Amino acid sequence: MSMTGAQGRIGYEGQEKDNPEPPPDPNTGSDATDAAPTEQPASWFLRAREMNLGLKLAPVAIALLGLGLFLYYRSLGLGTTAPSSQTSALEWSTKLWPQLTQHLTIAFWSTIIVVVIAIPLGIALTREPLRRYGPAFVSTANAGQALPAYGLLIIFLTLMGQGLTTVVVALAVYALLPVLRNTMVGLDGVDRGIIEAGRGMGMTRGQVLTRIELPLAVPVILAGIRVAMILNIGMATLAFLIGGGGLGVTISVGLKLQQNEVLLVGSTLVAIVALSFDWVGAVAEKYLRPRGV
Amino acid sequence: MSPDAKIRLDHVEKTYPGTKVPAVESLSLEVYEGEILVLVGPSGCGKSTTLRLINRMIEPTGGRIYLDDEDVTKVNADKLRRRIGYVIQQIGLFPHQTIAQNIATVPKMLGWDKAKVAERIDRLLTVVGLDPDTYRDRYPKELSGGQAQRVGVARALGADPEIMLMDEPFGAIDPITRDRLQNEFLSVQEDLRKTIVFVTHDIDEAIKMGDRIAILGDRSHIRQIDTPERILAFPVDDFVRDFIGEGSTLKGLHFETVDEHVTLEPYPTMHVGEDPTAAVARAREAGTDWVLLLDDQEHPTRWVPVSDLGGGSTVSSDSGSEVVAKVSLGATLFEALEQMLISEAAVSPVVREDGSFYGVVRLTHLNKAIRRARLEAREHYAQLEATS
Repeated sequence: MSMTGAQGRIGYEGQEKDNPEPPPDPNTGSDATDAAPTEQPASWFLRAREMNLGLKLAPVAIALLGLGLFLYYRSLGLGTTAPSSQTSALEWSTKLWPQLTQHLTIAFWSTIIVVVIAIPLGIALTREPLRRYGPAFVSTANAGQALPAYGLLIIFLTLMGQGLTTVVVALAVYALLPVLRNTMVGLDGVDRGIIEAGRGMGMTRGQVLTRIELPLAVPVILAGIRVAMILNIGMATLAFLIGGGGLGVTISVGLKLQQNEVLLVGSTLVAIVALSFDWVGAVAEKYLRPRGV
Repeated sequence: MSPDAKIRLDHVEKTYPGTKVPAVESLSLEVYEGEILVLVGPSGCGKSTTLRLINRMIEPTGGRIYLDDEDVTKVNADKLRRRIGYVIQQIGLFPHQTIAQNIATVPKMLGWDKAKVAERIDRLLTVVGLDPDTYRDRYPKELSGGQAQRVGVARALGADPEIMLMDEPFGAIDPITRDRLQNEFLSVQEDLRKTIVFVTHDIDEAIKMGDRIAILGDRSHIRQIDTPERILAFPVDDFVRDFIGEGSTLKGLHFETVDEHVTLEPYPTMHVGEDPTAAVARAREAGTDWVLLLDDQEHPTRWVPVSDLGGGSTVSSDSGSEVVAKVSLGATLFEALEQMLISEAAVSPVVREDGSFYGVVRLTHLNKAIRRARLEAREHYAQLEATS
């Protein structure tokens, strides 16, 4: 999957006016002659999206996947019939659970760092004095993402040594682009006429930013954060390479020992985490979208 | 400077960085209290720039701007703008706020209390012809273009500013709705008496909306500034003549009314049952081929040709043809001309308020009125030249 394509699409989606609310009652309008917004006949795909089918079905799918994993895990006969290497690799309280929390810690903090850096940076780069540096920053962030994640981890390993912090920083750099770009796209996407009207009524630049531009850019920015979060959860599986832990440890053990069962449990767990957070992101996008947009 | 100038621009200049030719060059202009001054000109002449200099959306590079004799060239621009209503073509309603929140923007910034703001919102929605209960809590995307611009105007009126700046406010609206909005806005303005600067590229809109019109050329040079009547009657140069284009004389008829200077002529009339020979004699004397038949309330009803009145036949209520075209006292000569063109007898009957016959308007009346207007305008300009 091309990330660029996907983010481009997400960026666009955020600005699109989907979920149209019912059109105004034609009888109450005093402009009987000018056309009120009409509803387009929707394809099954649009209808499904309008009903938020994906949003409703995703938790069911995730729960089924979780249940399947649970049953599979039980059926392995860990501690009884399973080989001891498998038992030790898949032990919940000493292996899987600590790795899971580590994994989430890495993803959480790297996403937080991305948000804390990229959103203010995106705001600054869309303000007048810094505007012209915007393209340069986006190119740099692009390069950050174009580097192989593996390579990026190694670079940060040489710079900062082993450990969780290194992983968090490396992932933050890696996932900076989508949030930075979406913040800029979202802010730039606000209709100039709306900003002009706000300024013309005597709102200060700060008021226009906080009361108009940011609320209107929220859907696009959230889409960027969601992408960054999912990138970070995926990339956190590589954290084990430089001693950062995470569920990548289990996957790597499975590969090394050629234990498909271990491999399967580890990767399915990562998939469940990624899907769950993607769903949370989708819900947030839906409910944090400003009303009326 | 005249005492009632609400807005005064004194040699205002705007030169954009990196350009040598100014966008607005040494512009001096006065806008009187309670008037609509229309800035009109070809695209790129700097009329929008001029408007935006007044609320300092664009900072002037020279000259002074006065509101009520207060120099506002250097005051805090944000605070200045809260005193000035601003309506733009794109409308720019905040899509994430309800209509009520949109209208409350400036009052809230000025710290009005909630009850006063709520009351104001309902007042303004009523003023612009939208039912408050229906529209208050709607979002902008649920409105049609015309409704959105009504809200745009209501929002600009939010904190009851004395001055309004309007930049092609009806430019993106379909012609029928635009016409209605223009009329409604004019009747609102009749009550509110705001001082308004209105920008358009459409000379017809300028003629309709303006108490005065400033026709701008390159770099916002004022080519002519006057009432629409005078500009139509006496364009000062070829630029203005070209700009107001064909039909300026006809447009001038909009500003002459049937009762003002037009001395109406009597016309041969008769009633049902009256002796036709007397009527024929009156028609011959007046030199017309038609007699106007009045009913018993003196309302004009039918045109009867003189040829039908010969041979001693009596006139019934279905002789001749029905009077379809007539105008009331106080109508414009433009309306009178329109009625004249479709009238059987090529004249426009004029009726009083109660519908009774008053007289007729003929083409010669229009001709006289237009020529008088042109003469007056020419004299006015000759006098101006003599005194300057």
